[in-house]
Amino acid sequence: MPRTIGTKTAVNIMKESFFSRLKNDLHKHWILYLMALPALVYFAVYCYTPMLGLYTAFSNYKITSGIFSGSFVGFKHFIDFFKSYYFLRLLRNTLLLSLEVLIWGFPIPIIFALVLSEIKSNSFRKVAQTVTYLPHFISVIVICGMVIDFTSMNGLINAIIQAFGGEPIAFMTKPEWFRTVYVGSEIWQKFGWNAVVFIAALSAIDISQFEAAHLDGASRWQKIRYISLPSILPVIVTVLLMQVGHLMSIGFEKVFNLYSPVTYATADIISTFVYRQGILGANYSSAAAIGLFNSAINLILVLSMNAISRKLTENSLW
Amino acid sequence: MFKMKKHIRLSKEDMIFNILSYSIITVLIFICLYPLWYVACASISEPTIVAASHGILLWPKQITMFAYQKVFANKEIWYSYANTIFYTFAGTALNIILTSMLAYALSHKNIMLKKPLTLFVMFTMFFNGGMIPTYLVIRNLGLLNTRIAVLLPGLVSVFNFIIMRTHFESLPGELEESAKIDGANYWTTFTKIILPVSKATIAVMVLYYGVSHWNSWFNEMLYLPNTREYWPLALITREIIMASSSAAMSDGSAITQEVADAIKYATIVISTLPIICLYPFLQKYFAKGVMMGSVKG
Repeated sequence: MPRTIGTKTAVNIMKESFFSRLKNDLHKHWILYLMALPALVYFAVYCYTPMLGLYTAFSNYKITSGIFSGSFVGFKHFIDFFKSYYFLRLLRNTLLLSLEVLIWGFPIPIIFALVLSEIKSNSFRKVAQTVTYLPHFISVIVICGMVIDFTSMNGLINAIIQAFGGEPIAFMTKPEWFRTVYVGSEIWQKFGWNAVVFIAALSAIDISQFEAAHLDGASRWQKIRYISLPSILPVIVTVLLMQVGHLMSIGFEKVFNLYSPVTYATADIISTFVYRQGILGANYSSAAAIGLFNSAINLILVLSMNAISRKLTENSLW
Repeated sequence: MFKMKKHIRLSKEDMIFNILSYSIITVLIFICLYPLWYVACASISEPTIVAASHGILLWPKQITMFAYQKVFANKEIWYSYANTIFYTFAGTALNIILTSMLAYALSHKNIMLKKPLTLFVMFTMFFNGGMIPTYLVIRNLGLLNTRIAVLLPGLVSVFNFIIMRTHFESLPGELEESAKIDGANYWTTFTKIILPVSKATIAVMVLYYGVSHWNSWFNEMLYLPNTREYWPLALITREIIMASSSAAMSDGSAITQEVADAIKYATIVISTLPIICLYPFLQKYFAKGVMMGSVKG
């Protein structure tokens, strides 16, 4: 089709052609748009409406009236939270808990994957993978039930402590033990599953590299040190940055099922506090503000880690 | 001579490596399995023996089904089991339909709104309203204490959407084109050609969504405060576990600690057994899904 530019301005043509192109596009691919519609409606209702609902964080929301009917108070709820006794405690607990999970939990899947790659028997390796992935699929409720059971005064951990001549410890009622119990159970549940990416990266290494190293007289340790580790380094960096990006979004579910008022001093994190404030205490506005504070930090962390990852490995995290 | 020596030295190193790696992995397998095995054994052993075992039980002792009789006599277990099965089946079906339709639509490069709509979907991965505003929206929509409030959250997971879209984009373009030449529209192409060749990916989706429905409890706790009859098994399990650990603290309860524990073990077994039984067959798909997710489209 010949396009003629007459007396109309260029902007007008752009506008016209954009909307007419869009109209044509919608007309031509209406089935595709219709197929996307239900999911898009879901995102609009369940994800975007609550974002509008964040107005409650800046107003005095009352349960009896609509979400937007509360009087606007600006950053009052945020400032109240920053000034409160809980702010530092919650921030410290949230960060320390996820940092400990990161520090102790991060190297183990890598070591596990490296050791597993040294196993020559295929069937044994398969069994090991099957078994170590399993805890990942068991519900948090059951995991926490078992944690409480094994750390009880009458449980396995205390039996071991006593066998070595120690005094039994009531782990679940001691704030100083909460993070250790949490991190230990987290590693138990996730180390196998978190190794999946490393196992896959290791199995993708060209086998001729190992053969060449073998001919040069390299030991097994040298092969790990100079071939395996450098090959999976980009994956390690990517996963590490991703986990740092999620430092502030540590899971609510497990803390909620393990903590109790006696361990709040170390166990209470931002999300569990939001739950108690908002859902149990009906202080919706201040709870929404605290939640927003958490998600804002989250967003900044994720975006900056992604930027770093893009620079380092030319590989964005999403 | 020199060569011989070197060979022997190498194989010695090989042996140490083998012994070390096999023993580390064996210990890890044991650590992963033991807690589950213990719970299974404890659920069919005499409660007083379990209490005296200090968590060390390699085999069931004095087998009794007493705990299971107690659990199955509880009507709520049956109700909630049925609820969980319903949520898992209905929820997963809805998940698959919505996710695959969205992923198929947005896998087409030739539609104008592909970019903005993809952004609209992806953004929810990085930012959301949070627990309270979401709760208030559900509440203001009048969905509190309804089954819809259980099925609505997580209807489409962005992570699964990415896996699905990556898969559709990886299919050869000739599939669509030949269908188009034959006069098929997008819908017929989707249902008759694209879906049948995507069975493996859909299987992964079914597993991911299915497991998350089976284990879900938090949204139910939040959105079903006054309708216990809609509760899933996980929430009832949670109550039983909490009751057993609080029985440990107060002595005046109607049942002894041993009995409460036995009931807890039996409940854990019946709520976890379906996953453990299906798991070995599905395991390869789970891991496959992770790899699919890491392939960026």
